[in-house]
Amino acid sequence: MENLIALLIAAPLLGAAVLLCGGRRLDRTGHWIGTLLAGASFVVGVVLFTDMLGRGAEDRTLHQRLFSWIPVEGFQADVAFQLDQLSMTFVLLITGVGTLIHIYSIGYMEHDERRRRFFGYLNLFLAAMLLLVIADNYLLLYVGWEGVGLASYLLIGFWQHKPSAATAAKKAFLVNRVGDMGLSIAIMLMFTTFGTFAFGPVLGSTGETSEGKLTAIGLMLLLAACGKSAQVPLQSWLGDAMEGPTPVSALIHAATMVTAGVYLIVRSGAIFDGAPDAQLAVVVVGAVTLLFGAIVGCAKDDIKKALAGSTMSQIGYMILAAGLGPVGYVFAIMHLVTHGFFKAGLFLGAGSVMHGMNDEVDMRKYGGLRKYMPVTFVTFGLGYLAIIGFPGLSGFFSKDKIIEAAFAKGGTEGWILGSVALLGAAITAFYMTRVMLLTFFGEERWRHAATPSPAEPDVEPAAETGGDHSEPHPHESPRSMTVPMIVLAFGSVFAGGFFSIGDRFLHWLEPVTGHDHGHAPVSATTVTAATMVVLVVGVAIAWAMYGRRPVPAVAPRGSLLTRAARRDLLQDDFNHVVLVRGGEHLTRSLVYVDHTLVDGVVNGTAASMGGLSGRLRTLQNGYARSYAVSMFGGAVVLIAATLLMRAV
Amino acid sequence: MNPVNYLYLAALLFTIGASGVLIRRNAIVVFMCIELMLNACNLAFVAFSRMHGNLDGQIIAFFTMVVAAAEVVVGLAIIVSLFRSRHSASVDDASLMKL
Amino acid sequence: MSASLAAAASATSTGEAVQFWLLGTVAVIGALSTVLMRKAVHSALSLAGTMIVLAVFYLANGAYFLGIVQIVVYTGAIMMLFLFVVMLVGVTAADSLKETLKGQRWLAAACGLGFGILLIAGIGQASLRSFNGLGAANARHGGNVEGLANLIFTKYVFAFEITGALLITATVGAMLLTHRERTERAKTQREMSKERVRSSHLPPLPAPGVYARHNAVDIAGLLPDGTASELTVMQTLRRRGQIRDVSDESLADLRALEQRSQERLGRDHEEEEEVAK
Repeated sequence: MENLIALLIAAPLLGAAVLLCGGRRLDRTGHWIGTLLAGASFVVGVVLFTDMLGRGAEDRTLHQRLFSWIPVEGFQADVAFQLDQLSMTFVLLITGVGTLIHIYSIGYMEHDERRRRFFGYLNLFLAAMLLLVIADNYLLLYVGWEGVGLASYLLIGFWQHKPSAATAAKKAFLVNRVGDMGLSIAIMLMFTTFGTFAFGPVLGSTGETSEGKLTAIGLMLLLAACGKSAQVPLQSWLGDAMEGPTPVSALIHAATMVTAGVYLIVRSGAIFDGAPDAQLAVVVVGAVTLLFGAIVGCAKDDIKKALAGSTMSQIGYMILAAGLGPVGYVFAIMHLVTHGFFKAGLFLGAGSVMHGMNDEVDMRKYGGLRKYMPVTFVTFGLGYLAIIGFPGLSGFFSKDKIIEAAFAKGGTEGWILGSVALLGAAITAFYMTRVMLLTFFGEERWRHAATPSPAEPDVEPAAETGGDHSEPHPHESPRSMTVPMIVLAFGSVFAGGFFSIGDRFLHWLEPVTGHDHGHAPVSATTVTAATMVVLVVGVAIAWAMYGRRPVPAVAPRGSLLTRAARRDLLQDDFNHVVLVRGGEHLTRSLVYVDHTLVDGVVNGTAASMGGLSGRLRTLQNGYARSYAVSMFGGAVVLIAATLLMRAV
Repeated sequence: MNPVNYLYLAALLFTIGASGVLIRRNAIVVFMCIELMLNACNLAFVAFSRMHGNLDGQIIAFFTMVVAAAEVVVGLAIIVSLFRSRHSASVDDASLMKL
Repeated sequence: MSASLAAAASATSTGEAVQFWLLGTVAVIGALSTVLMRKAVHSALSLAGTMIVLAVFYLANGAYFLGIVQIVVYTGAIMMLFLFVVMLVGVTAADSLKETLKGQRWLAAACGLGFGILLIAGIGQASLRSFNGLGAANARHGGNVEGLANLIFTKYVFAFEITGALLITATVGAMLLTHRERTERAKTQREMSKERVRSSHLPPLPAPGVYARHNAVDIAGLLPDGTASELTVMQTLRRRGQIRDVSDESLADLRALEQRSQERLGRDHEEEEEVAK
């Protein structure tokens, strides 16, 4: 059974190779090949899963060693896989959601002439992401880590003809690079500390390692997680990443890749358990991002960017949970899985809406779409109920557990974290309700928006038909798009309940991550009740603001906070002022030093050499007699030396 | 008379010859100065031969003469061919290290 | 002479001292004039004089064979070779003694002075007070020539053979250096006449140097209009591009000549006017 593990990666990798190298011959069949191989990977995952279920809880971990990658004395790196319950969860999520999104993309990308390439990239992403989660050592994990970064870059910039997409891809790549530096430094630290990269020895020997080293490694891992999972302070790329095609946003920037940071922290739990300071940093990052993303999500009018803010916020929940230690690991992963379902569903729904609305993304130009897109409305609505934590749906179970775990941290910290999580839940309810109301309810604002303005009567008719001015005709998306949405909606509705009833998920993951119930200062019922209250409050406020009143098609000026939130809470301005300006100043001073000091030394040496050579060159005048003088002079010196030596 | 006088004379002639090599530009005269230096050496050898009372010094002088003869033949041939290509016997004209 | 010969066998005599100072002065003067004479011929003759003086010194030092060889081979053969080459290159050309290389003369003087002083100081330090004399060495084999022959053909026979090889090599080298390779098969007279008829030059070519101020073979003859005709230079030199172009020179000379004659004529004219007055 171990031998199947490599097959998980091999299938999408083969797909990527075939599609990217196959050329135009595969343009007609390429998407089917890509989808089929993604599906094959999912089937392999399911086979492995059933096999795993058949074994006892303690010997469910599978290992497969392919070959020795870097066989150097004292530096051994293997290409080896480890499939335990944690990896298995991810494998099923990645291949399952991945396959659904492949199917969805067949319809979504139908009119794109580079569809084959798109599927090639998607397959490449699947391969890299699977490598990330089933690697059995940090070095191989790093390969997958960089691989998903590459795939993400390629897919964000898929519509590279749009400057905004190209820039967004570059931004994502660069910001991710900062995080990747953290991971590579963490791996180097691990090597110097433990002498190996493999999970087993590294995580097994944290007990004998000093806390300082563990803290350093933990902080570096946190930096890596921040980069990949768009957490403060490396969060700025995720909003712009929405420039990519919507299936990409759903798969990579909502369900799977951005959760890699959570996986990394949970996987390295032993390190964080030994380093309370690093753990505290994780919690702080999670809590801050949770609010940050939620606030940004409230102000965005771009449906995908609003969802991106929501993603950031939900991953903040996961990071927060992962930072809580054994109390939270399981819930972090559980929320990750349920979030994977409902957020992917929401993004696919958003993509479906855009598909029917001429790729319009401004929610202020939507409205009343429930009549035109019933399937999308229902699936989106179920995703919405799941994310705000409507009782009985997925988000309710997983988020509730995290809030409980936050309170269970104990002491002042526990109260602060719990309150933050509760506040986040309220804001989540607010902004998701806003998205829902703006998109599917209210008046049909797109009719106004599309009316040509009478102020410009002499606009050429050709320009009107060619541009986005033509009135959109909202329509339901094709079957290939709605089916994945329906499947994901099922997941959104039932996954949480399925996992939580009887603590199935807890028992499933406990052998890997461990679990600790903690000691909550308030009872679980109280927390649930509080969550319900804030949920109702959030929905009510949103209803008051957007449901009762007509929504202006052009965004009002808004308060200071709104304007800041529209600018992503000034993250780019902050980066510009601190990093870009600071970098420029640093560079300028370095250039100055380089010009004056370094160049001075170098040029001075060169100039003095040149001058000396110029003087010496006159000795080489080509005249035999000059050379004869030199020889004669040399003879004189030799004789003088001889006589002198004799005299001495 | 002190036999060292012969050596002084040889040293003087050698130095004059060497200076001539450095000063004159006509290749033939330069060559003559070289011959002068060789002759000065020969004088020293002969004087040494007499001082030490054996004939080895004269043998060396004899070989020097033979080698000088061979050298003159080749050297003058070079001067002639150089003159043919450059119409000049000046050593300074051959300053480009190529024809 | 016999007295000096006898003295050479053992020790120095007053006669030899007188001879040394007289002839030594001559030798130094000869060497200096070799270096300083402007004409190569004079240098060669001065050098020959120095060499003869050296031959006498060889004889005085008991090197009878070398003394004769010095006169015959050096003064006779080698110096004549020098003179021959001097004549070949141009006997009239007097060298300018003006130094063209910057600092060369000073450096040469400094080096020469330093070298001489050091050499003489070194010799002065050596403890060489008397001659051992060659009497015993010469007598061992019955004379100077026999003694040398004995050494050459026993102890130095290897060097002697190598010297022979060197001489052969030098001969071949000199031949190679001065030999002119024929660039193509010689044309027969028939071919040449046919070529001539085919070309536009039916009348005989002007001889080199005709209408020219130089009669060297590498200077093209001038056509009546003053331009150089390459046809007048031999084929080999033409192929090698070794034709000296003096057309401008001769034209300039012609102009100078015209100017001079103009002046002369003008002066004559003035004189005539004066006479007329």
